[in-house]
Amino acid sequence: MPSLPWFLSPEPSGDASAMKQLVIDFQKCDAGRNCNHECEMECAIKVFKVDDPAQAALQIKAYEDGGGHAILCDQCGDCVVVCPTEALKRNKLGVVMIDKKVCVGCYMCIGFCEKEAFMRNSDWITPHKCTSCGVCVKVCPHGALSIVDVPEPPVRII
Amino acid sequence: MSQLVFDPSKVMNIDYTKRTEYLDGLEAIKAAHKVLKEITYTPSLPDKGYTNRTLYVNVDTLEIQEKPVTQAMKDFFIGGRGFGLYHLWNAVKPTTRWNDPENEIIISPGPVSGMTQYAGTGKSLVVSLSPQTDIPIDSNVGGFYGPLLKFSGFDALELQGKSDKDVILFIDGQKGIIRIEEAPTDPVDSHVLAEILTHMYAENEADLPNISVVSTGAAAEHSLIGMLNFSFYDRRRKCVRFKQAGRGGIGTVFRNKRIRALVVRGPKVAGDMNHPVDPETIAKTGVKYHKEIRENDGTQCMMRRNGTAHIVEIMDAYDLLPVHNFQYGSHPDTHKIDSSYWQQRCTQHTVDGCWYGCSMACAKGADGLVLKTGPYAGDMVTVDGPEYENAAGLGSNCGVFDPDYLLELNFYCDTYGICTITYGTLTAFVMECYQRGILNKERTGGLELTWGNAEADLEMMHQMARGEGFGKIAGMGVKKMKEHFIANGWGDPQLINDIGMENKGLEYSQYMSKESLAQQGGYALTNKGPQHDEAWLIFMDMVNKQLPTFEDKAEALYYFPLFRTWFGLNGFCKLPWNDVVPANNSEQPEAHKVPEHVQNYVDLFSATTGIKITKEDLIVQSAKVYNFQRVFNIRMGKGLRLHDAAPYRSLGPVTKEEYESRAERYDQQIVSEMGLDPKGKTTEEKMALHREWRTGRFSKLMDSVYTRRGWTLDGVPTLERLRELGLDAFPEVVEVVKQHL
Repeated sequence: MPSLPWFLSPEPSGDASAMKQLVIDFQKCDAGRNCNHECEMECAIKVFKVDDPAQAALQIKAYEDGGGHAILCDQCGDCVVVCPTEALKRNKLGVVMIDKKVCVGCYMCIGFCEKEAFMRNSDWITPHKCTSCGVCVKVCPHGALSIVDVPEPPVRII
Repeated sequence: MSQLVFDPSKVMNIDYTKRTEYLDGLEAIKAAHKVLKEITYTPSLPDKGYTNRTLYVNVDTLEIQEKPVTQAMKDFFIGGRGFGLYHLWNAVKPTTRWNDPENEIIISPGPVSGMTQYAGTGKSLVVSLSPQTDIPIDSNVGGFYGPLLKFSGFDALELQGKSDKDVILFIDGQKGIIRIEEAPTDPVDSHVLAEILTHMYAENEADLPNISVVSTGAAAEHSLIGMLNFSFYDRRRKCVRFKQAGRGGIGTVFRNKRIRALVVRGPKVAGDMNHPVDPETIAKTGVKYHKEIRENDGTQCMMRRNGTAHIVEIMDAYDLLPVHNFQYGSHPDTHKIDSSYWQQRCTQHTVDGCWYGCSMACAKGADGLVLKTGPYAGDMVTVDGPEYENAAGLGSNCGVFDPDYLLELNFYCDTYGICTITYGTLTAFVMECYQRGILNKERTGGLELTWGNAEADLEMMHQMARGEGFGKIAGMGVKKMKEHFIANGWGDPQLINDIGMENKGLEYSQYMSKESLAQQGGYALTNKGPQHDEAWLIFMDMVNKQLPTFEDKAEALYYFPLFRTWFGLNGFCKLPWNDVVPANNSEQPEAHKVPEHVQNYVDLFSATTGIKITKEDLIVQSAKVYNFQRVFNIRMGKGLRLHDAAPYRSLGPVTKEEYESRAERYDQQIVSEMGLDPKGKTTEEKMALHREWRTGRFSKLMDSVYTRRGWTLDGVPTLERLRELGLDAFPEVVEVVKQHL
């Protein structure tokens, strides 16, 4: 076997078997029908320092006919592969972090994210996303959010 | 998500992490540099895409001067190729030739260049008087030099004069220093030189991506086909890579001026450095396009995976791949050099753009190539490619179907500083001359230039780099070789002229135009000579069948050269325009123009510069520069109908074998197009009928296209057309034209 190509050898994270991932349980979450989107508001205020839930890295959307879905980052790492500047890397918790000093604002991470979890707003040149920090977990009135340890997924070259 | 996921188990057994390093001599080379001139200046970032000044450097007198960009320059010429042509017009006289000191090399990125949110936005345009054509040549090139030049404070760089010693021009856009240095012991070839200079001028590892080097190599000094390598630092591979300003011999001019290299050290790039008026529109358009690539590329052209080499097998399947000097359109060995091979060979499945934000990512690096020949034999190198043009030109057109040799030819073309397209076409011509006895072993000094003899092919290239033997003759290009062979009495002059694939002195690029009238015009009815920058219509005509009538083809030869010129005015790459298209594109009116993408370009220009344009205005912007360039050609003694003539090989079958290889198609055309019966006629008689019909049809096409372009039947822009475009504001332009009306 050849030695692994450079693009299959991302920066090693601490423990490949334990990546921190934010998950939501729609058995408990009612998609904002009986809450005030505390999760989004807490994220916007604590993480992004803005009083606007639309800027949160997690977005809960209700379906018209009941139920809902969440837009959130599962730390799959596709964006790490498409980033041209290596501004995106996993930290030792397996979480994909952006280095804003290195980012050139190309938004390929946004365009290539299947979950549409990479976001931007018009005030910042660099994009942003959920980093599994967990501030939303603590404020959810239904206890629907949690941070779990899951195996780091294999690198996908897309 | 239709993007295919790469399977690493199918990659060849190559260690991607290893390559030969060339940094040993760095300190000694640096110590030998001597400062000839140094000035300080105030770096500035663009405002609405323009820095509003250009830089003039004379390498003989060492004059360094800032010049303002006037509103008239922006209105008429936009930037990029337009600025290049404007400066060149002012620098030269009708009698100026490529090696006169007043000839310039102008590099200009264009107002949109340096944008990071849309694919293909890092281009710069290089303009000079060509040693091959004696008229202006312009070349659209990637790499980081253009954007970093602009972010250092200049919309264009003019280089004039001829130095008597080897020099490097260093622009430090971080510290505000411009320096001309004597470089007496620097390496000659690009892959060594650019690696050393990148490390020499970077202050630390994090600074490496801020450096870009323009350089050429040994063969540029001894031939007329020299090109320029524009470098960019590949952070993942940790190596210097190149994109090329290939066509027309600008590298030869560069070395004739004794410029060893241009080095820029730009500021760290961020997403808003053009200071556009409407960043929100740019962001939204960019994200929309990235999504389109993600969703559609895997089922359309697979550019992210294969780059332009994806069309090798398509061209072969449609009988359009140049084989044996454009005699045939397919070959049984094509599978050895098609994209399925390069998928295994290249580490080409991830970010590989030549500027930030290019989600099309067509630049493909082949790592771990161990060279077999030449001065670097035994070295392990990374080579960019092969792009389609290289696979077809260095490969099938010369009968070379060994991928290792193909990569080695590609590597040496790059590091020696010669154009792969030009080299491929001239070698194919040489090999056909060898096949037909016009050349033989004695006349080539011992080189057995038979089809597919890659070792002889490489030796010819090494000779070119050393300025020796038959390689030096080949380095004159097809036009001058034809004259040389005819003057020596080495064969039938008509045959030599028919098979020598050049027009205006420039070699054809790698598409078989024999069966595509649109591409015949796309090659010959061009400003700078036969290339696929102005009118790449073959795919539209022959594969997508979007130009069925004569009128469609003539109209395409009006619209597309103008539309595509616009990319070069602004610093865009052409590939993202139609190498992926919206999923519903085929349902749109004028689908071949890719209307949604045209609107993207209109929006990106308006959002950058604040000048609101429409898709119709876009064409007018181009038409000003395109017609100016046509008049420039006339001013230099070319640019008329006779200079647009095409070699017969590009129009139809020259030889009996060619005719017979497509006899069914050609016989049928005698019935359907000429209303005659091929039965009972000899092949020679049928070939004569075809020649008459095909040359007549091409002449009719010229009439239609010239008329549509607002030119006389001799190819001269009319005064009315000049007035319509506002070019009558330039009395010199009007004067040139008046002499031909």
